[in-house]
Amino acid sequence: MNFKHKYFFLFPGLFVLIGILIFPIIFVVRLSLSGWNSYNPGLDYIGLENYIRLFTDDPRFWESFFRLSFLSVTTVILQYVIGFALAHMVWKDIKFKRFFRVLFLVPMMTTPVIMTVIWRTFFHESLGPVNDLLSVFGVAPKWLTDPVIAKFTVIIVEVWQWTPFMFLLLLAGLLSLPKEPFLAAAIDGASPVRKFIYVTFPLMAPISIGAIIIRLIEASKIMDTVYVLTSGGPGTSTETSSFYIFIKGLREFQMGYAASMSFTYLIIMIISLTIIAKVLTKVLLKE
Amino acid sequence: MKIMKTCLTALISSLMIFSPMAYADKWSDQFPHIKATGDIPGDCSYEKMSKKNYKGKTLKINTHAIPVMGEPTALHAEQFEKLTGAKVEVTHTPAGDLYSKAMVPFQAGQAPYDVVFGFSNFINDWKRYLAPVPKKYMNSPEMKDVTKSHMGVSSWDGTMYQYPVDGDRHYLKYRKDVIDNPEMQKKYKADTGNELRVPRTWKEYAQMAKYFNDWDWDGDGEKEYGSAEVMKKDDLMFAAFFSRSVAYAKNPRTPGGFFFDLETMKPNINNPGFVEALTDWVEATKYVPPGGTNFGLGDEIGSFGGGQTLFSFSWDDAFIAAMQDDSPIKNKVGAAPLPGADKVWNRVSNSWENQYNQAPYIVWGWAVGVAKKSKVKDMAFDYLCFFSNGANHQADLAIGRFGVNPFKNSDFDPNIYINSMGWDPEIANSYTQTLLDMEKSNNRVFPLRVPGVFEFTSAVATGTSKALAGQLSPQEALDEVAKEWEAIVSRVGKKAVQDAYAVGVKMEDNKL
Repeated sequence: MNFKHKYFFLFPGLFVLIGILIFPIIFVVRLSLSGWNSYNPGLDYIGLENYIRLFTDDPRFWESFFRLSFLSVTTVILQYVIGFALAHMVWKDIKFKRFFRVLFLVPMMTTPVIMTVIWRTFFHESLGPVNDLLSVFGVAPKWLTDPVIAKFTVIIVEVWQWTPFMFLLLLAGLLSLPKEPFLAAAIDGASPVRKFIYVTFPLMAPISIGAIIIRLIEASKIMDTVYVLTSGGPGTSTETSSFYIFIKGLREFQMGYAASMSFTYLIIMIISLTIIAKVLTKVLLKE
Repeated sequence: MKIMKTCLTALISSLMIFSPMAYADKWSDQFPHIKATGDIPGDCSYEKMSKKNYKGKTLKINTHAIPVMGEPTALHAEQFEKLTGAKVEVTHTPAGDLYSKAMVPFQAGQAPYDVVFGFSNFINDWKRYLAPVPKKYMNSPEMKDVTKSHMGVSSWDGTMYQYPVDGDRHYLKYRKDVIDNPEMQKKYKADTGNELRVPRTWKEYAQMAKYFNDWDWDGDGEKEYGSAEVMKKDDLMFAAFFSRSVAYAKNPRTPGGFFFDLETMKPNINNPGFVEALTDWVEATKYVPPGGTNFGLGDEIGSFGGGQTLFSFSWDDAFIAAMQDDSPIKNKVGAAPLPGADKVWNRVSNSWENQYNQAPYIVWGWAVGVAKKSKVKDMAFDYLCFFSNGANHQADLAIGRFGVNPFKNSDFDPNIYINSMGWDPEIANSYTQTLLDMEKSNNRVFPLRVPGVFEFTSAVATGTSKALAGQLSPQEALDEVAKEWEAIVSRVGKKAVQDAYAVGVKMEDNKL
């Protein structure tokens, strides 16, 4: 039997890889070098024109990128803190542990777009229940119409929706921790706070890094929440990169230009997430 | 014998006279949607469609989400199935995605949908992928009834690509029970020194809206507000901005382009006329309901239709919603032309002309076409013809959420609204007269219909929303839009945009 026959077994996987990953990326790169739009469909070749426009004449893309960075970092930090607290709570032997574990997962199991519509109804400034309740205290925040508050409204919805994912990963991590270090700490008389700082947290570091990176990747694609809640407004105050690319690509039908933005965005994300992962590893694992 | 003969003649005559009504009864029993009128004879009536046999054929339709246009599409699809034996598959798509959902397969040379719904201003981008409406439909009495404006909106240089199913324009809606109330008029006069009347100008509109903002003026125990407007940053707010701009920037003495100067293709969008309109609009953020700057069309319909505001302006839907039987303000609203202005910008002399100006905005509306590559074009056109037949059209007009508005000359008969919808005659008259006057006006603005129209309107939405959010001043915002428009013209090609724009300008200058 020819030893090279083993490569045949790799073909099915290779085909799938080429079909769903390699080809789309190559196509996006080719598309980004074309002027494909609504009135000029087709893969003509315009060189780096789209990239030049992006880097020299489109501040809106970069503004949306920095806005996205703020939103994704803030939401992921909050999700991590809240998710860890909840996971820590149900990790212990408390009453109704199973009930809480399921309850905390409910937001993640709902459809994001539908939940965002419901949140939008909650935050509706004249008809929604949130301001109706807050009016008792004489306040009526402009949840969706103030450029600053609208960002925090997006953060609230994102945190509510995706904290359960963080909770799930961290709870799985907590349940897999060895018991010995905790027994040793108990024998030494360590307080719960010291136990958390010196035992639980360091042991959870590898899982935390994984969870944070996974959520950062997901959060950097914030789109449906913005689309339904604010359409990127007021003005452009909640417009994120993915929403902006969506507008250019599928609303204005500037396919070539949207592809150049997508590809640039992909490169930036790969670089920045690699750096973040390295930094987190260095800080949390002290490598 | 003579008596028998007379009776027989009377019987035959009455059968002949009332035969259409007999059909009407028959069809309205099966299809309660048309119970008000029964079937109305015509080329695509229920009776005629029942004679067609499309068994074994499938019609695929992409339409808007329910209810606006999506609900009548699905309803008439179901009726069409029952009458013809066809199978009709209806896909519902959000408004913002209608363009791309058809455009992606169009450009790829496919036709996953036989019938595609969209907006009338897509026509320039879509026309090369759509089949022209066949002559037999063009010559039908029902098509002859379509107004000149809407024939123009559905056609490109004399060829009709979009089957007329809806007619749209922006006009003013107001609370008649307040504006015409002598006590309120007295109070307003005492407090402000001005007359309370249907606003003639946007400045009057603002004064009244501010006065009636944030207090319970109808005594229902809840606060009411000045105005409900489409201000949410998406692809509809640009139309609201143009509605406010026409009074200041559409000068009947300077033909040759409202959006651009047709000769040079220099954008007019940042001239003082448009800037004045945007300044007014920024001011309007002070008299809309809480959260009003995030109102989309649905919110605007709900707000005015639900009795929350004194004024509103946009498509018919809010007015129809207010006049439905279940509305708390049925027969308490009025329709009037869009407010005008006491001055209008002359872009030739670069100066303001201090005289009253008003211009109707025949805004883009729902449009529908048949894909050129469809294999069931006959069935597709029959469906569209059936959609807008007399009985369906009159029934659809009465339901605000359907988004079907008058586009036939016969729609301007007030008796339709008085008899079958229970409208107050005075309101029905003012409504039909308002619409009719817009048809007759010589100073109309039509929607921008040029290649890559979405790029232009998207730039307007972004710029104006920045001004509404306080990120930029009106002049800065519109300068940014003008710069973007120049860039788009340059990318698309000046000649391509100019040639397409010339068709719209001809309509605006009453030369088509």
